[in-house]
Amino acid sequence: MASEEDGRLADLMRAALRGDETAYTAFLRRASEITRRAVARRLRSTWPSGIEDVVQETLLAVHLKRHTWRTEEPILPWLGTIARYKAIDACRRRGVRVEMPIEDFAEVLAGPDATQGIEETQHVEVAVGTLSGGQQRVVRSIALEGRSIGETAKALEMNETAVRVAFHRGLSTIAQRFGRQT
Amino acid sequence: MKTDDLIASLSAGQPAPQRKPAQVLALALLAGCICAAAAMFLSIGPRPDFLQAADGNWRFLMKFVVTATLAASAYVLLRRAIYPEGLDGAPLWVILAAPAMLLAAVLLELMLLPKPDWGSAAVGTNGFYCLTLIPLFGLLPLGFGLWAVRQGAPTRPALSGFLVGLMAGGIAAAFYAAHCTDDSPLFVALWYTVAILVLAGAGAAAGNRLLRW
Repeated sequence: MASEEDGRLADLMRAALRGDETAYTAFLRRASEITRRAVARRLRSTWPSGIEDVVQETLLAVHLKRHTWRTEEPILPWLGTIARYKAIDACRRRGVRVEMPIEDFAEVLAGPDATQGIEETQHVEVAVGTLSGGQQRVVRSIALEGRSIGETAKALEMNETAVRVAFHRGLSTIAQRFGRQT
Repeated sequence: MKTDDLIASLSAGQPAPQRKPAQVLALALLAGCICAAAAMFLSIGPRPDFLQAADGNWRFLMKFVVTATLAASAYVLLRRAIYPEGLDGAPLWVILAAPAMLLAAVLLELMLLPKPDWGSAAVGTNGFYCLTLIPLFGLLPLGFGLWAVRQGAPTRPALSGFLVGLMAGGIAAAFYAAHCTDDSPLFVALWYTVAILVLAGAGAAAGNRLLRW
């Protein structure tokens, strides 16, 4: 039942779960394209500026919840359900009505990507600003300033494990707070 | 922030792999059973005639069959609820197995028991204990269950919390049943149901807040 696309994506994720960073980057790229198309189809007319917010929230959720993908199952339904969950959540906070059938994620694979050029948002920056001091320094360094874990550890005089833990916790907090900052 | 930059930072910051959500859930079930058992044995204890009652008293045994079935069916559904797409097309009706058994037992009891005794059998003598102790025994199983489901990725938080409450209620009621001397299905249908629904309602309300991500 799983399509070819599903098979390719699942292979990438399996490699990523074994620690292959390159495969993980490729997986997240492809996942972001699929999500962007499916979300754009539903939000283009009602909330176009929200599309990339939803894409980024979805990627973060996929990252934080990737242990909930069962490696023997198809991956597109998993990704699609997460994206729909995030889209509905974001739209509810904004007061935008949205319907997002899960079939979108199977259908959107064909056709050109008509959503170039909107891939930057202030979404994450705003959420990072709500983190506590230590987590904020770590997340800012890695996510916003593009430093590696090692460089961040050196700059902040922490060990790498502590940086990894702080980064992970910071991302979890951000995922919780998206759109709820007051 | 550009989405590409987000992707780059996510790939760079891979944390240690997490435990499988199904294992976490199994752990929570086990811990919940141990805690509910400990709470029962350390407080009220099993009834003195436990062994005689367990030997062929169908009303007494029915209490365990129904409560264990409830906990088991809720657990089966929770094993799916921890995955984002898990409850899509899930056989939610399995949760009706325990109520169906209880209903059959009630009908049997109504046939066996003379009509004038129905009222006293239903009201029993331990109604108040039942209503307070089942929710109390179920508190820790509920907490463990919610914690475990939170490690997964439930996309239906209130329903998932409700199921956790039913599982906790089934566990708590099974251990409470070892103490309670009211064995009539009429009593169980009245008091146990209310006590378990208290936990299920609490689970749904808590799930609606705690199980979002």
